[in-house]
Amino acid sequence: MSPAKESEVHTTQNPRPTSLDVGSSVLNVGCSGAGSHSTHGGLKDLDYSILQQCMHCGMCLPTCPTYDATKMERNSPRGRISLMRAIADGKMDATRTFGEEMYFCLGCLACETACPAGVEYGHLFEVARSEVEKSGALNNPRRNAIRSVLLKGLFTRPRLLRLVGRGLWFYQASGAQWIFRTLKLNALLPKKFRNLETQTPTARATFSCDIIRPVEAHAAPRHRVGMLTGCVQDIILSDVNRDTVDVLLANGCEVHTPKVQVCCGSLHAHNGELETASDLARRLIDSFDLENLDAIITNAAGCGSHLKTYGRLLEGDAAYSKKAAQWSVKLKDIHEFLSEIGIRQPQTTATPHRVTYHEACHLCHGQKITKQPREVLKSIPGLELVELPESTWCCGSAGIYNITQPEMAADLQERKLKNILSTGVDTVATANPGCHLQLVDGARRAGRTLEVAHPISLLAMAYRAEKVVG
Amino acid sequence: MTAKFKSLAAAQFPHIARLEEKEDLIPYSFDGTATFQTMPDLVLFPTSAEEVAGLVKNAGECGVPVVTRGSGTGLSGGSIPVEGSVVLCLSKMNRILEVDEKNLTLLAEAGAITLDVATAAEKAGLFYPPDPGSMKISTIGGNVAENSGGLRGLKYGVTKDYVMGLEVVLASGEVIFTGNKCVKDVAGYSLRDLFIGSEGTLGIVTKVLLKLIPKPATRRTLMAVFATMESAAETVSAIIAAKIIPCTLEFLDAVTINCVEDFAKVGLPRDAAAILLIETDGHPAAVAEEADRMAELARQHGATSVQVAETAEQASALATARRAAFSSLARVAPTTILEDATVPRSELAKMIRFIQETGQRHNLKIGTFGHMGDGNLHPTFLTNERNHEEMHRVELAMKEIFDFAVSLGGTITGEHGVGLAKKEFLKAATSDLNLEIMRRMKSAFDPAGILNPRKIFNA
Ligand SMILES: Cc1cc2nc3c(=O)[nH]c(=O)nc-3n(C[C@H](O)[C@H](O)[C@H](O)COP(=O)(O)OP(=O)(O)OC[C@H]3O[C@@H](n4cnc5c(N)ncnc54)[C@H](O)[C@@H]3O)c2cc1C
Ligand code: SF4
Ligand code: SF4
Repeated sequence: MSPAKESEVHTTQNPRPTSLDVGSSVLNVGCSGAGSHSTHGGLKDLDYSILQQCMHCGMCLPTCPTYDATKMERNSPRGRISLMRAIADGKMDATRTFGEEMYFCLGCLACETACPAGVEYGHLFEVARSEVEKSGALNNPRRNAIRSVLLKGLFTRPRLLRLVGRGLWFYQASGAQWIFRTLKLNALLPKKFRNLETQTPTARATFSCDIIRPVEAHAAPRHRVGMLTGCVQDIILSDVNRDTVDVLLANGCEVHTPKVQVCCGSLHAHNGELETASDLARRLIDSFDLENLDAIITNAAGCGSHLKTYGRLLEGDAAYSKKAAQWSVKLKDIHEFLSEIGIRQPQTTATPHRVTYHEACHLCHGQKITKQPREVLKSIPGLELVELPESTWCCGSAGIYNITQPEMAADLQERKLKNILSTGVDTVATANPGCHLQLVDGARRAGRTLEVAHPISLLAMAYRAEKVVG
Repeated sequence: MTAKFKSLAAAQFPHIARLEEKEDLIPYSFDGTATFQTMPDLVLFPTSAEEVAGLVKNAGECGVPVVTRGSGTGLSGGSIPVEGSVVLCLSKMNRILEVDEKNLTLLAEAGAITLDVATAAEKAGLFYPPDPGSMKISTIGGNVAENSGGLRGLKYGVTKDYVMGLEVVLASGEVIFTGNKCVKDVAGYSLRDLFIGSEGTLGIVTKVLLKLIPKPATRRTLMAVFATMESAAETVSAIIAAKIIPCTLEFLDAVTINCVEDFAKVGLPRDAAAILLIETDGHPAAVAEEADRMAELARQHGATSVQVAETAEQASALATARRAAFSSLARVAPTTILEDATVPRSELAKMIRFIQETGQRHNLKIGTFGHMGDGNLHPTFLTNERNHEEMHRVELAMKEIFDFAVSLGGTITGEHGVGLAKKEFLKAATSDLNLEIMRRMKSAFDPAGILNPRKIFNA
């Protein structure tokens, strides 16, 4: 018997390896780490008790979307942690298979919410991916090149990123996109990627710096806050940033928004580039006058979840550790902040509106923020919040997961859409750009009209109506 | 041997998912039990009784040991592979096949998740009471194999009280169905009952026919807070002596309370020495009266406060928090070694005191919680397996606790089974003759010893 053949037989039943081969060979690829001086150790340097904290009870298994799909332990939090531990114990190397597994994990952190033992899976996961990148187990020229361009090139240079964003907008506005689609040029792409072109986000004509002034305030502000514009949010959903500033203004804040902001580095940290992530963190911290701000506000769940970990990321950096710790304390998700200061209810007449709420993983699992966005929505006159079944189940966007693992991502997207449609609403609120795009795309695939909006945009709309009325 | 088995299985069952890479096998080398680990040679995921039977037959021919696994939440090492074994994981045989509302039964594949069974029953307005702490992931087959208890054991009993029939693959590869939908049946030996609690050593359960009961009309949940552990234990004894049988009487000590509260944030009193979670269900009038009497008894025996859950959500939040007790304890120390000592309920206060003293004597940290209404305690050592000196003290303390439980007329394990972890203590808990009969039974069902060998006892 040929074992290789046998495992092929089995893998056809398992969505994991087939999609992985493609995925890992393209985007989630290591810049080999050659010559990088690391202040971030690998699994072996980790405090062993963090790994031991997992007492393998299995309570996290039913909440893990990848385990749910395959019912195989390797694709579960408990299984993944056992592999990390095997590496820390020197029983196994960071093999290619290990690397692929770490990139099959969504990083959705549902397991963290479920884990009674308090295992910090998110931290383990970042260290493990970084280990994979350092080992070079997934290296190949194409993956390296793409990663290098994206993670080290594009997403470390905010001005360049905006330029590309403008290009993207031009491409769509000029009709190039239409031509591409009509001529079915995407047929030239490898099969796994044909779906991708239709996913290319719709960029806005304007960026945050065009529509938000560096300092804005109404009379007698009670709070002074810094505003993070994000990068994906900035290019694709800059209106959400404007809405956030408007909501902050309506709630008595003076808002400081530095014109040029680097990427927060979450993309890098989640993709094994902890050094670059640290670099970006330092630069971002430096662009705010931390001492004189009450809070730094983010409206993107994925960024927020990472931004709150700057304290740990830079704890080994003597020059920045104190600032980073302070940063982590002041960093607030917009819903969290509004809930703390008390949301001012919009004074508008109630127009009936049924809305459901999809919880971004990095808000509900990553930051444990679940009540506050609901409070925001419920503060809007006339808005009826219809609870979404499985609201905390990942939608499959997961950073760039929908690009690297198209099959798993599509299954999750379909499941999410089914749940949304079951509520019978025409608007779904969500607070993360990745989820936002994933839902828009999902609705399009399902051939349904569905409004996708940030909760803060809905609130901003209510405040604007207020002005019109009175 | 395994090579021959692999090629046989591959030829006959090419569609069965299989795992044989190191990275795939490591996650199957342990279960919920601390400190035990052995690698399997192969993991297979059969999807029907026929496939299980065929694989067992192949294994018999090749002399390869077969270890059955549900979700691997076992706490005695039952599903940990033995050297050179193949693991049959039933996680893909997870369908609920039938809810029979006329006969109040439910038929499920053995890999069905316990919570899914309970939910399916509830959808039909019925009730499947056994609710082990692990119910959201444990399999019904694993529950049968361990005869698992839960939080409602006091009033509703344990898994065996709900098993009406089983489909079982025998070591020979033959498939039997034992039991039926009849409430009464004395036609011959009750083979069904032999498989319950047999930990995968006598046969592989592939289907389970369960008894359901009507859903109780109401329930009420109380939390009684105590300044000493003994007063909680005495309250339990007093409730039982007053001939009240609530469905739940769960105990948490101070260490456990704080760990659970860290996780669940449901407002447990962090400064209490112990709490009892009490639930009564049934007819509204009876429930109200029982709740009042129990609150009164708790106060008489030293409860500093008794709170009533005001909403169903609050009540279920408390139950969910309690289910997290064991895993939450892992917050304190790297290794959590949990015991399952069980004593007659009149002896609870003595047992609790002895556990405390033993911890002090050996300078060990212990968190204790458990199904106190069943006399079933889970003293849990909070330790570090890398600290060999401390681990030695844990072993000594463990043995003393077992011996004491047995001397009170109790047992070494109330619900987690013997598996690997309690093997050396089994002798103390049962007579030689009992053990000898068990061995004879094992060899009658599995003469070649291929089903989960060297679990419970050595052949
Ligand atoms: C957090 C936590 C809480 C728990 N709470 C409780 C509790 O309240 N009460 C309680 O009793 N237990 C409890 N347990 C223990 C455990 O969950 C139960 O023993 C459960 O029944 C095991 O189910 P499983 O599917 O995980 O079985 P596994 O761990 O996979 O297997 C357990 C044993 O059953 C055998 N087996 C499994 N499936 C079959 C089958 N189909 N046919 C034959 N043999 C089979 C295995 O070989 C093994 O010997 C808890 C465990 C954890 C981790
Ligand atoms: S991660 Fe947490 S919930 Fe999952 S197995 Fe480990 S301890 Fe249990
Ligand atoms: S992060 Fe999500 S996908 Fe990854 S192990 Fe945890 S629950 Fe599973």
